[in-house]
Amino acid sequence: MKTPRASRLAAVITICVSGALGLSACGSGFASPSANESSDAGSGPISVLIASSGDAEATAVKAAVADWSKTSGTEASVNVASDLIQQLSQGFASGKPADVFYLSPDQLSGYASNGSLEPYADSLANKGDFQPSLTRAFTFDGKFYCAPKDSSTLSLVINNDLWQAAGLTDADIPATWDELEATAKKLTSGNTVGLSFSPEVARVAAFFPQAGGSLLSSDGKTATVNSTENVKALTFVKKMLTDGSAKFSSDLGAGWGGEAFGKQLSAMTIEGNWISGALSKDFPSIKYRTVELPAGPKGKGTLQFTNCWGIAADSKNKPAAKALVEQLTGTQTQMTFAKAFGVMPSVISAESEFRKEFPEQEASIAGVEYAQTLPSQPGAADVLKDFNAKLATLQTSDPKAILDAIQAEMTATLSK
Amino acid sequence: MNTLTRSTHSSGTRGSGTRGNHNATGWLFTAPVLIILGLFLVLPVIMAAWVSISDWTGRGSPFAAGTQFVGAKNFEAVISGGGLAERDFGTALRNNLYYVVLVVPLQTIASLFLAVLVNSRVLKGKGFFRTAFYFPSVTSSVAITVLWLFLFSATGAVNKFLSLLGITGPNWFQEPAGIMHLLAQSVGIDSPPPAMESGTFLGVSWWDWLSGPSVAMSAFILMAIFTTSGTFMLLFIAALQNLQGELEEAAMLDGAGVWQRFWYVTLPMLRPTLFTVITLGLIGSWQVFDQIYTGTEGGPAKTTVTPAYLSFSTAFNNQQWGQGAAIAFLLFAIIIVFTVIQRVLLRESDSVPRRKRMNPKPSRGRSLWPR
Repeated sequence: MKTPRASRLAAVITICVSGALGLSACGSGFASPSANESSDAGSGPISVLIASSGDAEATAVKAAVADWSKTSGTEASVNVASDLIQQLSQGFASGKPADVFYLSPDQLSGYASNGSLEPYADSLANKGDFQPSLTRAFTFDGKFYCAPKDSSTLSLVINNDLWQAAGLTDADIPATWDELEATAKKLTSGNTVGLSFSPEVARVAAFFPQAGGSLLSSDGKTATVNSTENVKALTFVKKMLTDGSAKFSSDLGAGWGGEAFGKQLSAMTIEGNWISGALSKDFPSIKYRTVELPAGPKGKGTLQFTNCWGIAADSKNKPAAKALVEQLTGTQTQMTFAKAFGVMPSVISAESEFRKEFPEQEASIAGVEYAQTLPSQPGAADVLKDFNAKLATLQTSDPKAILDAIQAEMTATLSK
Repeated sequence: MNTLTRSTHSSGTRGSGTRGNHNATGWLFTAPVLIILGLFLVLPVIMAAWVSISDWTGRGSPFAAGTQFVGAKNFEAVISGGGLAERDFGTALRNNLYYVVLVVPLQTIASLFLAVLVNSRVLKGKGFFRTAFYFPSVTSSVAITVLWLFLFSATGAVNKFLSLLGITGPNWFQEPAGIMHLLAQSVGIDSPPPAMESGTFLGVSWWDWLSGPSVAMSAFILMAIFTTSGTFMLLFIAALQNLQGELEEAAMLDGAGVWQRFWYVTLPMLRPTLFTVITLGLIGSWQVFDQIYTGTEGGPAKTTVTPAYLSFSTAFNNQQWGQGAAIAFLLFAIIIVFTVIQRVLLRESDSVPRRKRMNPKPSRGRSLWPR
């Protein structure tokens, strides 16, 4: 009695599983032919997936996309992702990704190497207008994959009231490491520390070029993480942390440098352009100015950040998607975005207008000239994450040991 | 209420009528569930198993052509690769091991204690206390995590309270130092002995294996105990209410004290429930994910990364789908092993196997006496 029942059970399971397989096969079966059909014809609505820094950004992007939709006659919708990377991955796996989406440089290599991304940017009409450093950031295997949507650089943000209260004037704006340390000490009093920034490589690594170092060699093929220059820079950061004139924002109970700055837990912070949007939204009463990061022993240095407008290889309407990106990265739209949520345009043609419109962001623009970008090679994101983890304990660890460990990891990643 | 009647009833129906017809009808009625289970459970498990031994890159179906079989490569990268993947897995295992080792016993003791407390005859307002203790369990874990982030922030309520006592509280969710390391530091051991520094297991040095949970993880441990003890208290209350008052009275007449009655009479009869609670606790605490995802995303310094979270971030954020699936299966194996171990342990200590049959299942309530 047991055997037939067991075999029948097995049969039923087989039927169910094969049925389920069949169903899922049907699912993708429906998707792929229609995808092929329409990518040739180039029709169908466009869906845009973004990760928004706030209402201002979401509203501005939605308005810009709606504008394009009206003039082009192609339906388009904007979705704001709560977890962009997860939603993108899901879309690529199901074969029905969003057509146009935000993409960060560290995610580029992963999606590019599995063929999820359409390398369309080389054929854009305004291809030559993008800042060269941004074009490099989104070039993988010799192909310019996606159009940079904006740009930001790190600068030193100073609280005007605390600055004056400490008896400092314009002449005291730190131009060197020593001055930075001295100023930070003067600004440290009571519950306020002089300088604060997030415990992550995306802030700390700004000190590396100031000492003449970098994370990778200029061709991006060799790791130079534990160079003497970088050791010098990280030792300087550690010194400021241990003598109390600087603190990680996390040690102040803040989520990031901007929050510590807004709550006046720190008088200065190292942040990108996005801080202006955040401050005007959450801490509108704070008066501040941004200046270039102080120069180290080997001159000025900062980090540049950017995202791009990715287009999915599985998009059903790539021509329309490309047309949309062309408009979104156009000089006018980028200026609208700059006014709405404080980013810098990614195109050179908008630079002079931006300088005129936002004289207070002069420092960020100036930084573009000498900025480095963080490594975006396959697997580098993981190494940087480990770097962040190690930076959290910088105060109690040996800077050289941290850099040695990351050097080994980075070398292993690059040689894969 | 009575399984005895129910079981005779069901065996009676099975005996009558043509069996084939009944079987067909049976399959028909179970078909929806079988299909749903097949589609949402069996198929995904098969898919994940395939992904863990393939080079699927995350685009299109894993069963589509172009996805190659790579053998145990993904598993090797995670447990013996010598690289970052192995070290991350080792770190995640260490973090979760301390979490399990602390959460499971503490939540079991806490829930048993609460159950005995609200089950006692002298307590007034039992309903209120039961609801109060159960409340954290019905609240969404995301909501509690957010609450916890506020309570344990640098200037949060917990640190304010500690400062009243003259203690400077740590910056809980930002403090990566392990509590064993902190203890070692307080007795003057600042740096690891060289032997413990050089030797490694899964890419993590022995010194780091012995770090204990980080301060951040400790806050999560407190939270897990706080949220789960209510649920398990309910299980214990149900078991306690089925225990015989007569036995306890008999023990009392024999002169057993409160502690003796609990230790020698009540607790042995709770063993099946204890098994359930520990098993559920083990599984739940090895799978901890949502608190990490909403709370710390693995930080500070990766001390709250757990295998479940690592599996997610490896697959979704790093596009290493094979390794992510491999971690999930390793986690599955770990849970099985731990469950088997604790089953064996609980069984061995049972000197009177027959007593197991007198377990306080609701239906057998009144038939405890030897038959």
